[in-house]
Amino acid sequence: MPESKLVDNLDLDNYKYGFVDSESHVYRTKPGLDESIVRDISRQKEEPDWMLQFRLKAFKIYESKPMPTWGGDLSDLEATLDEIYFYVKPQEQTERSWEDVPDKIKNTFERLGIPEAEQKSLAGVGAQYESEMVYHSLKEEWASKGVIFDSIEDGLKNHPELFKEHFGTVIPIADNKFSALNAAVWSGGSFVYIPKGVHLDTPLQAYFRVNQEKMGQFERTLIIVEEGAHATYVEGCTAPVYSTDSFHSGVIEIVVKKDARFRYTTIQNWSNNMYNLVTQRAVVQENATMEWLDGNLGSKLTMKYPSCYLMGKGAHGSIMSIAYAGPGQHQDTGGKVVHAAENTTSSIISKSISKEDGRSTYRGLCKVHEGAKGSRSNVECDALLINDTSRTDTYPYIEVDEKQANVGHEATVSKVGDEQLFYLKNRGLSEEEAMGLVVRGFLEPIAKELPLEYAVELNRLIEMEMEGSVG
Amino acid sequence: MSNAPALDIRGLSAKVADEEISILKSLDLALNPGEIHAIMGPNGSGKSTLAKVLAGHPSYQVTGGEALYLGQSLLDMEPDERALAGIFMAFQYPVEIPGVSIANFLRTALQARLGRGEELDLFDFQDQLLEAMKLLEVEPSFAERPVNDGFSGGEKKRNEILQMAVLKPSLAILDETDSGLDIDALQVVSNGVNTLHKENPEMTILLITHYQRLLDYIKPDFVHVMVDGKIVRTGGPELALELEKQGYVNWKPSS
Ligand SMILES: Nc1ncnc2c1ncn2[C@@H]1O[C@H](COP(=O)(O)OP(=O)(O)OP(=O)(O)O)[C@@H](O)[C@H]1O
Ligand SMILES: [Mg+2]
Repeated sequence: MPESKLVDNLDLDNYKYGFVDSESHVYRTKPGLDESIVRDISRQKEEPDWMLQFRLKAFKIYESKPMPTWGGDLSDLEATLDEIYFYVKPQEQTERSWEDVPDKIKNTFERLGIPEAEQKSLAGVGAQYESEMVYHSLKEEWASKGVIFDSIEDGLKNHPELFKEHFGTVIPIADNKFSALNAAVWSGGSFVYIPKGVHLDTPLQAYFRVNQEKMGQFERTLIIVEEGAHATYVEGCTAPVYSTDSFHSGVIEIVVKKDARFRYTTIQNWSNNMYNLVTQRAVVQENATMEWLDGNLGSKLTMKYPSCYLMGKGAHGSIMSIAYAGPGQHQDTGGKVVHAAENTTSSIISKSISKEDGRSTYRGLCKVHEGAKGSRSNVECDALLINDTSRTDTYPYIEVDEKQANVGHEATVSKVGDEQLFYLKNRGLSEEEAMGLVVRGFLEPIAKELPLEYAVELNRLIEMEMEGSVG
Repeated sequence: MSNAPALDIRGLSAKVADEEISILKSLDLALNPGEIHAIMGPNGSGKSTLAKVLAGHPSYQVTGGEALYLGQSLLDMEPDERALAGIFMAFQYPVEIPGVSIANFLRTALQARLGRGEELDLFDFQDQLLEAMKLLEVEPSFAERPVNDGFSGGEKKRNEILQMAVLKPSLAILDETDSGLDIDALQVVSNGVNTLHKENPEMTILLITHYQRLLDYIKPDFVHVMVDGKIVRTGGPELALELEKQGYVNWKPSS
């Protein structure tokens, strides 16, 4: 990867994506949010009226809902929301060819290794810069089989029926304050359609970058996996390090139809001034499988609970997450599974690491509806504390309304043990190396599920984060 | 330097770090390069503490005396520095490192022995690991198991010597490596230690054990009896036989 000029910010743990490009955009709204901005975004996108109405309705709901108080500390967010830009348009259109992406943006993504990644075996690549997808491409092989991998805007434009049929159905506007906000101001994100029976053997990958200071990114992704289709989707996110806070609030809706399999992998490595409040949910139909693989490494506060609504008989949902809460960070993450049909199964495995005053929270819900006979769910959450000041909490909510269901929950909290460190040092490892190895071992069950580049990146990050972690 | 003892312990006293519990009480012991010494002694006499103090365990504080390794003072060195200098301890109670395979662990440990910028040759490493696994008669899949996690007592002990075989220390302190091993395993492990010693006759070994039987397999040059934090008697291999018959009655600390 090319050398990058890091923003000089020593207390932010060597965040290597912290470089910044000079600002450039073809259009942006004024800071803050009111109805005129919602209208403006819709106009910029030349949307049909139904979408404008959808946005306006969402904006009202957003305004009427109070800030949630049950999760992380959002007390400074209100002020932040008055200052950020809700829509920043970096260029006129989404390019299909990497060559056509403006040099400056292209350089950013090249520094992040994106085109490199594309050359490796990916079925398709998308890249979002500020509020818009600047690039989207899909291998011809898949396009010819009817796979759609577009920006969400192009999805709406080019596939209006399909879009309207599913958009907003998995996550209703009023689901929570931030899903309402996203519904009002969404911009960017992917529209994915995998036709019946098509098996993508390589992943689709999307990359999200915030460059502008005081930026709000509100991507919205809609994925439809038809009967018997298989696919995986990977997203990565980074931003520069600024002294002011930024905001990211995505909504990801996924429909996994009968007998289909889908995996959604996220490696979120936002800078530590980012509020990251994301709603992601999948509806899983008969005998289908949905897997969320969620890595939350960066941000100031992340609140994110990928969920699976198991609606068809025999549906399976799996949520695996890793959270790393470094100094000053709070990772409030977990998962949600709803069993609404017979013989549905789910598993949640959550692993968190807290370092110094970092705080990790596991928050999960497992609900089994009456009639979901023979359903089984297993939740396992493990927290690893690096220092005495590190903190972790667990809030596992379990609601079972069906007698013939089996729900298991297991939680562990461990500290990197002095005996472990001594043992490893006795074999010649330094304190940092020893700490890194213990942490990597702790994450291994999930890390081994990650695509190779991400697993390597995760290891490298953990090593960096463990520097100076002497406890 | 070649004349210096491998290990020269003079008047070493140590206590538990945060408490006034003294364990080692002005202990003297010297091992010349290539020698094999055995320490025997009743439970709680301080054998493991001696091993851990030599390895730099933070739970203990040295309150007096000196420990020289090849003429160099050990006591101010960090545990990892001691390891890199060639000191290895096989633990009485090996520690579990979940999620980290033995192979990965040993690769990291060998990499740590190289200078900055030097990369471990992975093919060499594979060869070394395979050779060590052959020596200790474990299946190749053993190296893929997480370090000591879910291991039987005997497997843990075998794993300690497997690590010793890969890391090739110049001073190995084996704390009750024999306990927990079945008769066949004891033979395999002892044979492993002997082979390593034959390959590197300069390697010095300090064996801590309760059982004379181990010393039938690994022949010590000297046997020491440790009671209440010090060495109270030193002799040849025959001393172990004598202890086997009489126990430690003659040395029970007066209380
Ligand atoms: N960290 C500690 N805190 C308190 N007491 C300790 C600590 N470590 C050792 N001791 C005590 O010091 C004494 C010596 O312990 P040590 O483990 O060295 O004995 P040992 O000779 O190895 O015994 P064994 O043959 O049973 O292995 C024991 O009484 C033990 O309880
Ligand atoms: Mg002992």
